[in-house]
Amino acid sequence: MTEAPKQAQTPLSRAGTKKELPEHFKAYKHVWVFIESEHGAVHPVSYELLGEGRKLADKRGVELAAVVLGADKDANAAAAASSFEYGADVIYMVTDTVLAHYRNEAFTKAMTDIVNAYKPEILLLGATTLGRDLAGSVATTLLTGLTADCTELAIDDGGSLAATRPTFGGSLLCTILTLNYRPQMATVRPRVLPMPQRQEGRRGRIVECSLNLSEDDIVTKVVRFIADRESNKAQLAYADIVVAGGLGLRSAENFQLVKSLAEVLGAEYGGSRPLVQKGWITSDRQIGQTGKTIRPKLYIAAGISGAIQHRVGVEGADLIVAINTDPNAPIFDFAHVGIVADAIQLLPTLTEAFRKHLSVNRLAG
Amino acid sequence: MIEERFDAIVVGAGPSGNAAAYTMAKEGLKVLQLERGEYPGSKNVQGAILYANALEKLIPDFREDAPLERHIIEQRLWTMDDTSYIGMHYRSDDFNEERPNRYTIIRAQFDKWFSRKVRDAGAVLLCETTVKELLRDSRGKVIGVKTDRDGGMVFADVVILGEGVNGIVGQRSGLRPELKAESVALAVKEMHFLPREVIESRFNLKGDEGTVIEAMGTITAGMTGTGFLYTNQESISIGIGCLVSDFAESGMTPYGLLEAFKNHPSIRPLLANSECKEYAAHLIPEGGYNAIPELYGDGWIVVGDAGQFVNAVHREGSNLAMTTGRIAGETVVWLKRRREELSKANLAEYKQRLDDTFVIKDLKKYKKIPEFLHRNKQVFGLYPKLLSAAAQTWFRVDGADKLSKEKEILKSFRKGRTLPGLIGDAVKLARAWR
Amino acid sequence: MKEILMHIVVCMKQVPDSAQIRVHPLTNTIMRQGVPTIINPYDLFAIEEAMRWRDRFGGEVTVLTMGPPMAEESLRKALTFGVDRAVLLTDRYFAGSDTLATSFALAAALRKISQEFGEPLMVFTGKQTIDGDTAQVGPGIAKRLGLNQLTYVSRIAELDPVGRRITVERRAEAGVQVLSTRLPALITILEGVNEIRRGTLDDAYRAARAKIVTWSAADAEISDFSKCGLRGSPTIVKKVFAPAPRSERAYQIPAGDLSMEAIAEKTMQEIFKRKPAIETDLMRFSSGQ
Ligand SMILES: Cc1cc2nc3c(=O)[nH]c(=O)nc-3n(C[C@H](O)[C@H](O)[C@H](O)COP(=O)(O)OP(=O)(O)OC[C@H]3O[C@@H](n4cnc5c(N)ncnc54)[C@H](O)[C@@H]3O)c2cc1C
Ligand SMILES: Cc1cc2nc3c(=O)[nH]c(=O)nc-3n(C[C@H](O)[C@H](O)[C@H](O)COP(=O)(O)OP(=O)(O)OC[C@H]3O[C@@H](n4cnc5c(N)ncnc54)[C@H](O)[C@@H]3O)c2cc1C
Ligand SMILES: Nc1ncnc2c1ncn2[C@@H]1O[C@H](COP(=O)(O)O)[C@@H](O)[C@H]1O
Repeated sequence: MTEAPKQAQTPLSRAGTKKELPEHFKAYKHVWVFIESEHGAVHPVSYELLGEGRKLADKRGVELAAVVLGADKDANAAAAASSFEYGADVIYMVTDTVLAHYRNEAFTKAMTDIVNAYKPEILLLGATTLGRDLAGSVATTLLTGLTADCTELAIDDGGSLAATRPTFGGSLLCTILTLNYRPQMATVRPRVLPMPQRQEGRRGRIVECSLNLSEDDIVTKVVRFIADRESNKAQLAYADIVVAGGLGLRSAENFQLVKSLAEVLGAEYGGSRPLVQKGWITSDRQIGQTGKTIRPKLYIAAGISGAIQHRVGVEGADLIVAINTDPNAPIFDFAHVGIVADAIQLLPTLTEAFRKHLSVNRLAG
Repeated sequence: MIEERFDAIVVGAGPSGNAAAYTMAKEGLKVLQLERGEYPGSKNVQGAILYANALEKLIPDFREDAPLERHIIEQRLWTMDDTSYIGMHYRSDDFNEERPNRYTIIRAQFDKWFSRKVRDAGAVLLCETTVKELLRDSRGKVIGVKTDRDGGMVFADVVILGEGVNGIVGQRSGLRPELKAESVALAVKEMHFLPREVIESRFNLKGDEGTVIEAMGTITAGMTGTGFLYTNQESISIGIGCLVSDFAESGMTPYGLLEAFKNHPSIRPLLANSECKEYAAHLIPEGGYNAIPELYGDGWIVVGDAGQFVNAVHREGSNLAMTTGRIAGETVVWLKRRREELSKANLAEYKQRLDDTFVIKDLKKYKKIPEFLHRNKQVFGLYPKLLSAAAQTWFRVDGADKLSKEKEILKSFRKGRTLPGLIGDAVKLARAWR
Repeated sequence: MKEILMHIVVCMKQVPDSAQIRVHPLTNTIMRQGVPTIINPYDLFAIEEAMRWRDRFGGEVTVLTMGPPMAEESLRKALTFGVDRAVLLTDRYFAGSDTLATSFALAAALRKISQEFGEPLMVFTGKQTIDGDTAQVGPGIAKRLGLNQLTYVSRIAELDPVGRRITVERRAEAGVQVLSTRLPALITILEGVNEIRRGTLDDAYRAARAKIVTWSAADAEISDFSKCGLRGSPTIVKKVFAPAPRSERAYQIPAGDLSMEAIAEKTMQEIFKRKPAIETDLMRFSSGQ
């Protein structure tokens, strides 16, 4: 009766369908990354993808290309330049007024046209609201496979893209292939991949493409854009230091202790999902699988058990410090430094210790 | 408000409510069943034992598609002290029969299945709908119920209360007294997942064979209660329960008790490497015969746990629930057929029919047991210790001659409890049993 | 305001309650025993949003799901909330569908729904599912049916069913995009925009007896089965596995019977010892450079 879901989980039933790549797909080569930029600024996830794309391209012995779409010549040029410095060999660029703001219709057409013209074997996008919106319709237009929210990308022995992503609410991982269709598409969330080294002055060739689409052809109009006020927007994902709290703090009042420590450290603060559900913090401060993925230099987790869905969001941190009363809490399995103590007592003293240390040394230096 | 009028409204979709609704719907009555939980069974404790007979009387071929875990071929009765147990095990291949007599089940799944049968029989079930109170006419006759949903009134000729032991409707409407702490047990229960093969090798089972362990002794720290362990296909249900009044006195927590039970040297190995999923707490009525409340009145009937129909000694409940539910249903059908009013006088038929069943007979038989156990706590603390000590002296080969061993054992018993005391207990227990 | 008949279809999926899925410690397999299924939590927001607009302008809300026969449970539940109609698309040919095959099947069902029950002015989906978790099916449907696509919609600012225009606020990376487009459109509703209502007793009663419209692939006029289920799914699940545990456990700050101050000091020093850069950065920050 529940055959549908069952089958979907029996890997073999799908893997069994492997056959020779159809002729018309043999021409598909090279690894592409979509460069996402809204309002002039390139989204860092694009560079992270270039870093990973570089590795994949080298493994395949092909070129790494970046796709830059926009209305502003200079902005596009800048995006292209930085893309080269982050590893791109080629840039496919479309400069057209209809690309002024992101709109699904225009971007989907631009992207699919270029893909059909230049045939990449792999196409990577950031799993942002923009990237997911675009990837979905591009994949459907091209009738190819798309693997969302990957946590790991690799080339398997058969030379195909092996995209690994969480499944079953994060309790398991699965590796997904697109064997008989091209391009192989995948999206990756910001901060899941490390930021690559920038190679100043690295250059490559630019291929200008045109988009024959006039504003009148586009039904959807952008009325206006209300930018988030920095103040109320958590910069979690890219913060160097993040202090987070969990249910162990027991009350919204106690969560203040997290904020105070964050303040002294000039850090961002966040929390586990139940805190969002309880309304102690806003959803843009949720850390984990269904929240933000972070890669800070320092992550301090207070009163967080370290459930797998939380873990996957923080494992990229350089140093994980966990405060938990339970010596067997799962978080100690992946934290680097653990303190078995009552966070409600330790947080204030820790805050104080840092405050003292910093003020003292500032006077000194 | 639902415009339609029903022959009967059944409160609750547990074994008793389902049995009642099924019986009436099958006979073509217009039945509306209301369940508080998100789905039938969602509010019910996980693993349990199903007694085939009571269900067969409703659905003879239930074995064909009911979600049964394992049929029980081995019963272990353990008297435990802190480090050991003395066991009476009965295992027989005869239990591998065509139509086995007892099964382990997982209530959430079983109740769902049962409820599907009820709906197939024609009853209408509304979940996530809590009955708040009974509606009465000017003469005090129950004519329907009020639910917690908007426009939540609905009417029927009779309301059958299968709302479980702590159902508030009956109490609120003054049909039965508040629960007494000394006549309900609080049981906590966990599900521990293990691969089939592991369970089968640990309990020496094959295929769908199952084992049940019932334990008493120091595990309840002197309180009146028992522990149990059931084998399911890919999981083990383990739990322990004691009288609420005892918990209140001792100040101990059910959870702490369960932890200790799980960590008993004789239990721990059975659960090794298992993954715990469900944790559930639930009340069991244990007042027995003397605690049975008013069972019927003008336009209403009480069935199952709500009527305290549980045989604490044999841990039977769902079968009593199904039987009382079935008989309530049959009574209503019978009266409807004869175009009789569902008045208090006529519904007396329900009680009369019950009297001829094992339900009332058994509860009568054991009516003194709860009282006895409540008054003789040594059964749960002292005796297990003595027995274990005795067994040790008996089995240890340490050069002492057998005669003096026997003396020593006897002495230990006397020390623990005076000879008259010992004999007294034996006699009292015998009486309660008779 | 005058009655305008407006048809909204909400795509919803029945998913295993992943909060309750366990991976077996020994065998690394999923233990599905007794794992309850629920309506994908994100879809509830879409259902409520649809009902609110129906209540305002009049019309009907149809919920559509593709899944195994038991998905009927979830559809019935949606009916108890107060939606008007439920359609179940079920067929063994759909088994093992990935998002491309899913959007193919759902698009076919939506065409059929237009014929049978009237063209939908809007098709809603949730932001994403908690099992598939791709957020692709919505865009997939939009593309296949040529509907204008509005994703991550946090608010429908203006709706003109007669003039067939809509203005929405869409969650973008750095802010909110206010988009205006022509209907019909496919809209994926962001979470937290509303709270699912509790149906009345009559809704519940109606739901319990309602007939769920159940269609096979053929009923949905799907002729090309090679686009369905496994065969229609370009993606292949190669392996499913449990995340590898990190080898060494955390270094424990010896707390013992130390005072909180002492523990705090030790912790800070340990951090600086392991990542000296952090200390220097902090200095710079605190001295306001
Ligand atoms: C599909 C799905 C997606 C999910 N996505 C996410 C996600 O993105 N992010 C996320 O975080 N969760 C997510 N979850 C929830 C996740 O499974 C856990 O439930 C959640 O992370 C637990 O939060 P917690 O650690 O704060 O609370 P708990 O698990 O309750 O942990 C509390 C901890 O605090 C400790 N503690 C108690 N008192 C103190 C004290 N005084 N001092 C110090 N420690 C103390 C306890 O020992 C315990 O370890 C998701 C779940 C599902 C099913
Ligand atoms: C730990 C434990 C282990 C047990 N083991 C066994 C065993 O092995 N074998 C056995 O035979 N028996 C066992 N029992 C006893 C058995 O579970 C009960 O006797 C049986 O469930 C009684 O059925 P019932 O229908 O009367 O009540 P319940 O099963 O409790 O059903 C009552 C139903 O009514 C619903 N309800 C309550 N109030 C309202 C309301 N106001 N409106 C709408 N719905 C309402 C509840 O949600 C519930 O679904 C055990 C009990 C416990 C606690
Ligand atoms: N099998 C399905 N049936 C109906 N709707 C679905 C199905 N799968 C996905 N959807 C819809 O598509 C949205 C996105 O799903 P997903 O792409 O799996 O994250 C969900 O929120 C649902 O509204």
